[in-house]
Amino acid sequence: MNCAECEILLHALIDGELDAGHARDVEAHVAGCSACAAKLKWLRDMRQAMAAADLKQAAPAALHRRIEAALPSPESLVTAPSAWRQLRQPSRRSFFGGFAVGAAVSAAIAASIVLTVLRADQEARIAEEVVSAHIRSLQAGHLMDVATSDRHTVKPWFEGKADVAPPVIDLTAEGFTLLGGRLDYIDGEPVASVVYRRRQHVINLFVARRLGVERAAVTNRTVQGYNVRHWSSAGLDFWAVCDLDPVELDEFVGKISAAMQSARPS
Amino acid sequence: MAGEANAEQDRARRFRDAALPHLDDVCALARYLMRNTADAEDAVQECYLRALRHFDSYRGPAMKPWLLAILRNVCNAEFARRSRQEAAAPAHPFDAEQPVEREPMWQEAEASPEAMLLRRHDDDTIRRLIIALPQPFRETIVLREVNDLSYQDIAEVAGVPVGTVMSRLARARAMLRSAWNAAEGTTP
Repeated sequence: MNCAECEILLHALIDGELDAGHARDVEAHVAGCSACAAKLKWLRDMRQAMAAADLKQAAPAALHRRIEAALPSPESLVTAPSAWRQLRQPSRRSFFGGFAVGAAVSAAIAASIVLTVLRADQEARIAEEVVSAHIRSLQAGHLMDVATSDRHTVKPWFEGKADVAPPVIDLTAEGFTLLGGRLDYIDGEPVASVVYRRRQHVINLFVARRLGVERAAVTNRTVQGYNVRHWSSAGLDFWAVCDLDPVELDEFVGKISAAMQSARPS
Repeated sequence: MAGEANAEQDRARRFRDAALPHLDDVCALARYLMRNTADAEDAVQECYLRALRHFDSYRGPAMKPWLLAILRNVCNAEFARRSRQEAAAPAHPFDAEQPVEREPMWQEAEASPEAMLLRRHDDDTIRRLIIALPQPFRETIVLREVNDLSYQDIAEVAGVPVGTVMSRLARARAMLRSAWNAAEGTTP
């Protein structure tokens, strides 16, 4: 390694971006090169001085309040006037030429009106995402992060990964083999998927704290030829996706629901 | 209706929970990019509103770089708007840019023992030294040293390859280094 090669890697070294092999190479070069050694010391000193200085500085409380006020909140949705008043206060300077204020108002309106209007479509959109996630999962090597038919292994695996502890129910005796679990992303949220198999058909059971409109009863739909079932239970949203025929998928949903019911302390 | 209102509130709550903890980071980057507190705060507000609008399409996993990328776009859009305006009309004295800090004349200091010593500066001086760096070196070093992003995250925020991040960072530190010792300070 020459000094020119070493130079750029010195930065990567102090930034903790080098793998062990390259770090050793750089350190070996530095040990035999006083110029690079001096440079490394300088970089480390400067980095240390910057780390010790308060370069980030906490955002002022007033800004925090201003952002809070600009975002739709449960309160502002109901008692909008106070939020409007704050938004209409002109910025100190004509930054964005009033654009920021206009955008603030339109975003608040969008949040409170457009989204309400779009809510009906939200369910359909999530159904599509669920099916996409299902199709993705069928690609080689994507189906499972933890592959085991032991539910006592699957359940703890999810801990700390998704914000739910999905019920993992073993239905092997009833013809639905537990294959394992996977972490997926739907609607921007980490979602737990418990994977089952019926003959050669894979069933993804997606479980999340909030994924679509709460449904006490099971809703059916078909997306791209896949049958999709969505229901809510015990504060969780469940989405089951499979290319099984509807009767068998309903059987699966029925067994999961029954197991949930019996597991619930009464 | 109650269910809809609940879902609405839930979305707002999820956005707040995810995005507000990064306010200090967003605000810090805004200060270094806009170089002015009032403009920075306006940019932060615009960033959060845009982020909320696009929250439905947000696909994790890391919220901080996502927000910082939005903020960077907001700031760049504002600078673009200003330069269009300046081209269209003579600059209003009120809108005049801050006096442009002269780009530090950078020359590699010889490896003499004195040059190896790092002057001590107070926090405010260090912040000023960073703010005086020209773009894109300023944003690169701020994303690294202030926002504590990895090279990969910086590359995504700035929309450039990791190799470019590395060379910008090296150049930023070299410029900072010469400005550092040129600035008044206490030699240890």
